[in-house]
Formats: sequence, C-alpha cells, structure tokens
Amino acid sequence: MSLIHARGLVKRFGDFTAVDGIDVDVARGEAFGFLGPNGAGKSSTMRMIGCVSPPTGGVLRILDRDPRREGPAIRARLGVCPQLDNLDLELTVRENLTTYARFFGLPRKVARRRADELLDFVQLTERADSRVEPLSGGMKRRLTIARALVNEPEIVLLDEPTTGLDPQARHLVWERLFRLKQQGVTLVLTTHYMDEAEQLCDRLVVMDGGRIVAEGSPRALIERHSTREVVELRFEAESQEAFAGKLAGVGERLEILPDRILLYVADGDAAVAEVQARALPPASVLVRRSSLEDVFLHLTGRTLVD
Amino acid sequence: MVTFVLPRLISFEGAARRSASVVERNAATLRSAYWLVMASGFLEPILYLLSIGVGVGSLVGDLTLADGRVVSYAAFVAPAMLASSAMTGALSETTFNFFGKMKFMKLYDGMLATPVRPIEIALGELAWAMIRGNLYAAAFLIIMVAMDLTTPLRALAAWTATILVGLAFGAAGMALSTYMRSWQDFDLVASAQFALFLFSGTFVPATAYPAALRWLVEATPLYRAVDLVRAITTGGLGWTQLIDIAYLLTVVAIGLSVAGRRIEKLLCK
Repeated sequence: MSLIHARGLVKRFGDFTAVDGIDVDVARGEAFGFLGPNGAGKSSTMRMIGCVSPPTGGVLRILDRDPRREGPAIRARLGVCPQLDNLDLELTVRENLTTYARFFGLPRKVARRRADELLDFVQLTERADSRVEPLSGGMKRRLTIARALVNEPEIVLLDEPTTGLDPQARHLVWERLFRLKQQGVTLVLTTHYMDEAEQLCDRLVVMDGGRIVAEGSPRALIERHSTREVVELRFEAESQEAFAGKLAGVGERLEILPDRILLYVADGDAAVAEVQARALPPASVLVRRSSLEDVFLHLTGRTLVD
Repeated sequence: MVTFVLPRLISFEGAARRSASVVERNAATLRSAYWLVMASGFLEPILYLLSIGVGVGSLVGDLTLADGRVVSYAAFVAPAMLASSAMTGALSETTFNFFGKMKFMKLYDGMLATPVRPIEIALGELAWAMIRGNLYAAAFLIIMVAMDLTTPLRALAAWTATILVGLAFGAAGMALSTYMRSWQDFDLVASAQFALFLFSGTFVPATAYPAALRWLVEATPLYRAVDLVRAITTGGLGWTQLIDIAYLLTVVAIGLSVAGRRIEKLLCK
C-alpha cells in the first residue's frame, strides 16, 4: 500500500489551475521529492497532501484515508514543515514544541519529554528558554522541523526545507533529515535545489506548469534526460554563437549561453579532443558529470518563470 | 511507538480537548506585559463608574426604572459598566489579537497542520476571550458589592450572565474580524464599540429616547446585555430578560459558525 496515492489530482484557484492532473505514489520509508521552478504547483500539492487544502478534482488517499472527510485523523500522523516558518513568536523555543504537542493531544509529561528529545536532535537545547525572535534563520528552520516531529509522524512534509539558509545550516538540516530517513520516516519534500534532491531523494518528480514532466530516481532521470557528461566551453569572444556552428556533431546536444557553450556528451575527454582537433581553442574547458540541474533546466527551460 | 500510542490518544480526544489546547496556548503566552494590558481594561469601567455613576450621579439623584422601581444613579450605571467591560474584554481578544494571530503571526496555519479544526480554533479563542471578559467582570462585581451597589448573591448571578455577554461579543467580534482587510478597518470597530458604549441604555434609560431611536437602541447587543445584567443586579428579573438571553445566545451561535467557516475559507484554500 502506498502512503500517498494520487490519481488525476487537480487544484484550481478560480480560473488558475495550480495542479493539473498529477499521479503520485509514495511508499513507506521512501524519500520523495517534488522538483520544479516557482509556480510549478509543488506547494499546492503539498498543502493538499497536508489536508489543509481540499483537492478540486481527482483521487487523493493519504495513509489509506480520505483527506476530505478524515483530515484530523490523517493530520494526527503527519508532520508539516511549511515553506515559511510560522513559529509562535509569543512563546519560547521549548514552549513552541510543548504547546504544539498539546494540539496533537499528547499528555503534558510526554510533551515535555518529546520537546527535550527534539531540542537535542536539532541541537537547540542551549536555546530552549530563549524567545523565537532572536534565533537565526537556520535555528528557526530546525525548530520548525523539530515541531513537525513532535507527534512522531509517519510522513514528514517539508516544503523547501533549506531555502534561504547558509551552507552550514543547510548541511545540518540535510544531516538531520537523513537521520530521520534512516529511522524509517517517510519524507516528502519540495525543493528547487538540485543538490538537495540528489542528496535526499530516493525518487522524485519534476513538475512544471502544474504537471509532472518526469519521474524517477535522480540517477535514472539524469540517464534518461541528459548525457553522462557535460563539457563547458568558454571562448574569448563577444558572442559565443559564432563558435556554435563549428561545433556541430560534437556530442548529442549543444546549448549556447551568453558566456559559455554546453556540450552534452557521453565522453567528455573525447569531446574536448574533438574540439581541439577542429582548431577551436577555447579560453577555458570544464568537463563535469551531468547533474540533476541539467535535467531540470532541460525539462523546465531556462526562462524565468515569475 | 507512534502506531500504538497515538491511536489511543486520539480515540478519546475530541473537539473540546482540541479547543482547550488552543486556550492552553494562550495561557502559555501570559507574561507581565500582558497583565498590564489586562489591568488597563479593568480600570476603565471603574473610572467611568466613579466619574459618571458617582460624580454625575450626585447631580442626577435617584432614577425611576421602567417597572417603577427607584434606584440610585450609580446603581443604574454600574451594571452597564459591568456589561460593557465584559464586552471590551472579549472584543479585545477576538478583534485585534485574533486578527494579528491569523494574518501576521500565521499562528492558525500552524495549528491547522495538526488535528485542530477551524471551528475548534474559533471555540478555543472564544473561550479564552470569555475568560478575559469574565476576569474583568469578576473584579468589577467585587467593587460593586463593596460600594453597596448590589448584593453578593446578585453579584454571583450577574457574573454568570457576563459569561453569556462575553461569549456573544467575542463570537460577534471574531466573525467580524475575519472580514477585516487591515488594521485600519479596526478603527470602525472601535467607533462602533464606543457608540454602543454610549447609547445602549448605559448612562440614560432607553425610554428617554424618541420612539424610533429607542427601537434601534433596544435592538443592539449591548443594550440586551445591559438589560440582562441590570435586571439581575438591581433585583428586577422578568420575562423581558428571556429575550435578552435568547438574543445573546443567537449572537453566539451565528458568530461562532460564521467565524469557523470564514477561518476555513481563509486558511484552507
């Protein structure tokens, strides 16, 4: 049985269709990612899964229950870390957890014990009695994640868990999420960071314009939608385009950016040799492995959406 | 652990318990600054009672009520101050505070990700507002008894009536707040509240107004609240008070259901 099961799921706001008929299945213990540019429908999907936004159409089953009728019972077993921290600024760090635990009906003693365990888990024990306001962005995010775990949820929904965090804070969050995954918690997250998706997700879907445009493991997506390697060439010239014509036939695909040319190839070194054989000495050459970012940009385009 | 602890907890938890957890959250925020704000709400009706009830009262002398009973002006004004302080206490929670929590603190978005439902948020906040209104009322009643403006037994009965008053204004205020777009809109609420405070048979009996105006005054919620509380503290309970009670109960029911539905509409899009 899949914990999250959607068929032809639709969400409309007036005339605007945010989610346009998606099929999703998430199995227990899986780390599942929704990738996509802003406005792709990721957050709308997450809110429907979180049972705070009724679907406009299609089938949605969470934990084998109907979110329309059994919202409270489903939410009791979910943990939600929203895109924007909505911590209680009138309470201390610890009170944020104990109060939240009470919304789930945990006895006070259990709530206090859970709060202490979670503060330790997200490394905030020293700030337990501090107000929320003076905490750094990374600390607030960790507290929000801790709050999402207070009811020992079976599924944790994380909407852009590390957006806006500095590298240290991001890595700490990733490390904690990885530990949760090891404990068997099902993670569902949205992100537009490719490294985040590659680090955390077993399986992911790429969304664009409310639809799913690709699905698979990070590795499989790269294999299917990109080449094994990418060669980045930079020529010393006003325009890179002049060189593009001369590169025809090298690699499977070629992309011209304002400052460089990307060659999608199976073998990077062989491609570089070919470029040099054509007497086109670039100012700089970089051969790298293809990443999820290449897949993402290929599928959703380079144009700014919003 | 989850699988065997949670279902058992949920099986006997209900709307009441979840609403209580919302009240509990508010109790956890009580800090010194908050008490100061609450103290000012308590002081205001006492200042009115002393300045107008006792001060102006010494010029006015005694007053003959509609049913023929004669009471001192202070005894006439005091229950009105009592009702309006219950109104103020409840309204300040369900207008300003409620709006701030919903729109700016995004507090309810967090709550709604838990089993707590919109109507339970409304119920919890209303219960909290009623408690605040009733703290004012209790303190004020002690002063009324001390000033010999009512008897201790009547004060106790009046206190239970102020529970209803607090609930009614709290529910109405909350329903109204869900339609507010910005803080500026609350200026209108404040003006309406002050107009109610001045003209709801508080300082002058409604019978003193021209017939048309009198009907208007008697249709306002604060008039019904004052009428109910005054009948109790001056010992003149009659059938009219059943209208007051029915009126206030209706306001509670409508206010609550509108607030619950509006919270859902605004936050569960």
